[in-house]
Amino acid sequence: MTATATAPVPTNKIGLTKQDYVGAKSTLCPGCGHDAITSQIIQAAWEMNLEPHRVAKLSGIGCSSKTPTYFLSQSWGFNSVHGRAAAVCTGAALANRTLLNILISGDGDSMSIGMGQLVHMIRRNVPVVYIIEDNGVYGLTKGQFSATADMGSTLKHGDVNEMAPLDPCTLAMELGCGFVARSFSGNPKQLATILKAALAFDGTAIIDVISPCVTFNNHDGSTRSYKNAKDREMPLQELGFIPYYDAEEVEIGDGEAREVTLPDGSRLTVRAIDKDFDPTDRFAAMKAVHEAHAKGEFLTGILHIKTGKPVLHDYTHTVPEALATIPQAKVKPGPEVLAACMKELM
Amino acid sequence: MLTQTTSIEAIDGETLINDFSIEVATVNGSGSQTANIVLMRTIFQMGVPVTGKNLFPSNIAGLPTWFQIRANHKGYKARKAGIDLMICMNPETAKEDVAKVKPGTLVIYDEPLKLNALRADLHFCPVPFQKLVTAACPEPKLQKLVKNMIYVGVAAQMIGLDMTEVKAAIAKQLDGKQKAIDLNQGAVQAGYDWAQAEAPRQNRLRIVRDAQTEGQIIIDGNTACALGALFAGVTVVAWYPITPSSSVVENLIDYAKLYRRDPETGRMNIAIVQMEDEIASAGVVVGAGWAGARAMTATSGPGISLMSEFLGLAYFSECPGVFIDVTRMGPSTGLPTRTSQGDVELCAKASHGDTLHLCLYPGNMEECFQFTYQSFDLAERFQTPVFVVSDLDLGMQNWASAPFAYPEGSFDRGKVLGEDELKAVKDWGRYKDVDGDGICQRTLPGTPGGKGAYFNRGTGHNEKALYSERPEDFLATVDRLKKKFLSARAFVPRPIYSGTGVDRGILAYGSSDVAVVEARDLLLEASKTTDYLRVRALPFTDEVEAFLQDHAVVYVVEQNRDAQMTNLLREFYPELSTRIRKVLHYDSTAITAETVVDQINAYER
Repeated sequence: MTATATAPVPTNKIGLTKQDYVGAKSTLCPGCGHDAITSQIIQAAWEMNLEPHRVAKLSGIGCSSKTPTYFLSQSWGFNSVHGRAAAVCTGAALANRTLLNILISGDGDSMSIGMGQLVHMIRRNVPVVYIIEDNGVYGLTKGQFSATADMGSTLKHGDVNEMAPLDPCTLAMELGCGFVARSFSGNPKQLATILKAALAFDGTAIIDVISPCVTFNNHDGSTRSYKNAKDREMPLQELGFIPYYDAEEVEIGDGEAREVTLPDGSRLTVRAIDKDFDPTDRFAAMKAVHEAHAKGEFLTGILHIKTGKPVLHDYTHTVPEALATIPQAKVKPGPEVLAACMKELM
Repeated sequence: MLTQTTSIEAIDGETLINDFSIEVATVNGSGSQTANIVLMRTIFQMGVPVTGKNLFPSNIAGLPTWFQIRANHKGYKARKAGIDLMICMNPETAKEDVAKVKPGTLVIYDEPLKLNALRADLHFCPVPFQKLVTAACPEPKLQKLVKNMIYVGVAAQMIGLDMTEVKAAIAKQLDGKQKAIDLNQGAVQAGYDWAQAEAPRQNRLRIVRDAQTEGQIIIDGNTACALGALFAGVTVVAWYPITPSSSVVENLIDYAKLYRRDPETGRMNIAIVQMEDEIASAGVVVGAGWAGARAMTATSGPGISLMSEFLGLAYFSECPGVFIDVTRMGPSTGLPTRTSQGDVELCAKASHGDTLHLCLYPGNMEECFQFTYQSFDLAERFQTPVFVVSDLDLGMQNWASAPFAYPEGSFDRGKVLGEDELKAVKDWGRYKDVDGDGICQRTLPGTPGGKGAYFNRGTGHNEKALYSERPEDFLATVDRLKKKFLSARAFVPRPIYSGTGVDRGILAYGSSDVAVVEARDLLLEASKTTDYLRVRALPFTDEVEAFLQDHAVVYVVEQNRDAQMTNLLREFYPELSTRIRKVLHYDSTAITAETVVDQINAYER
């Protein structure tokens, strides 16, 4: 016995340690940006006191889509088919709207085969935190370009991408998505704040996280290498997050800070670093992203946020309880209904 | 004072009482469907068994369409080749329509078409439709619709329909729209009165009141499937419109609005979402099934092709879901408005790798209802996709049927462990075959208590649902899936046998049933006795093997080119397959009894 008492392991508001939010050991390449994102998901889930059994983790196919096994092992997960986790998530959400959905996808998964489903998921405003772990290449098939690869970026063996990239953030804003953010796996503090805000949001939250592929896209000619991303990242804002359970008045401080109250009562504070724009104005945000892109920069932070939009369940006009477990008596009409239907057809 | 313009006497030949076929040739989009259903419904209301088949084009308006009505006092429901009364309303096809009928056919036609000059061996009844419609309906824009009701009136008078019943059928069809009812009833009366005064008298084709349809309903299979799903407590429906399946969900939407609202809040306890395509529809079904909902989609062959990847995922990761395939004629876009049994193998095997899906083959309206209801129990019991393999002939045509019996009892939600059950289980594994039937215990996302979470995946997995590349794990999984599939033999609808134990057998399924029933009678008239087994599900049950075993020759009747059911029978009973003779019909029309008889006779010649 040593004399020194072990410090108590910190727990969150529901009595869980951070360890309770981890998953299996990652099998991705050492140094992969995706693992850094996984760490921040664990951090945010712990801080937000998520009940693990209420979380559904969904993914498609690819390196990024493997990661849901690496966090929240006490949550149900579904590693589905390439680019179509959006539909699986929509189904799970319809079956049980009390679930909190975290969907992990990649640029290959979401911006090519999955483009249609991503677009329609946003259109339906399916409640989900949709994270695109964006490295510009197909890692699992050993390094082909994806549709988000920048023009002029090269593959390891020298091939140059000559086509313009697709940008999930401007696309999401064009579609009227109520929560659009970009971050960088090398900026954990910002990422954690964005994730917490997304978890507090009630519709589709799209987060594009630039996440360098250390094996296939970390060379000098790549525009998604750690070095290149670090050089080009332009954080838009200093973000602050005051969780719903923090009743005390938090001093926001001086300056041009904006504050957005999120659906769960948490508050997001946004203080412009360089150029200010109103993140609730999506046209201003789209302009800013395009302008930055033209300058070879990528903006990170909360690009657009708009609360209060109708979500999937408003469009289906469904009851508040989970349809999956609704009692038979409520969904099996009685013999008198069948008799009425038959009479109608006689 | 009645004046006879033509002098056709009673038509020669036998009198066909309650046993003849009518074909109406019209233009798609002209509103003729209502008129044709009124004609059919009147015969039904007069107690005479009747079926109606709409041969419609893949088009909204302007292309030719034909509606065939068969009245048959013996209750035969199959399509019958050979028309006894042809009503020619489409100038585009009139010449062909007249050319194709057999001698002695009565032809009602629009006078200016002058069809009577075409053939001398038919009985013609020219009708001045324009004159009649102008008198009956002064509003020019409604005349096109009303014109159809005039031929109903003319035909009604000529074949002896009761005008009270005709008018009741109009009121039923137009459900409460009084102005339209008045207009159409007036038009029918105008046609009737004209025929009374001017049309040739004929005695050959008569409808005489009978009592065979009392208490019956007229329904199409898609409505029946919708009702089956409604009563099965479906809660998540994802779909994409495709002919001929769309009306499954459209009917379900209508029923849901009436019977699936929370009485207090008015909110729905069913979610029906029109998706962006069939792929997404299947994805929603899989996701919802995984999360514990009773989920379904309805589609046709092209949709199943698109859904195949998700079907493999659902099969391999064991997610329940109901897939209704209202088969149309493929391959490719094929003939979207024509019937086929060409998706039998597709449904059985949808997706890459070794897959085997549970399939139900309804053969009539009651089974469209019952099997759809039952498919949800099967999907949850076996944690797998279940197909209801219908077709356009069942799904979109009008069939008389006994009213459906209420499906009593509780839903079978399968082996789902809740919080309390999980507490009692020591070492739970999602894919552990604890009962030896290949069916494992599943849990639903959202179950509290800290136990039972697992990772659902389409990749290789072990009993704990963990990723595994070990050959023994993979083998154990796919062999267990086969075992599970075969376990369903004790649960799926068993085949229906009819016969006396002779050495010739007929095996059929689905919409071919009506033709086989009639064909067996025709064969019997020629002293050829047959036994009959109607297969109703995959996996095949023991009766199927016994039937093959017990008959020296088994004619397998189906509506596709490649003998798809035969191929499945060969796979499961290779040693018995030499007994099979294929009877195939695949010209895109519904099979007739004559086709079955002719092909069997050809084998036996």
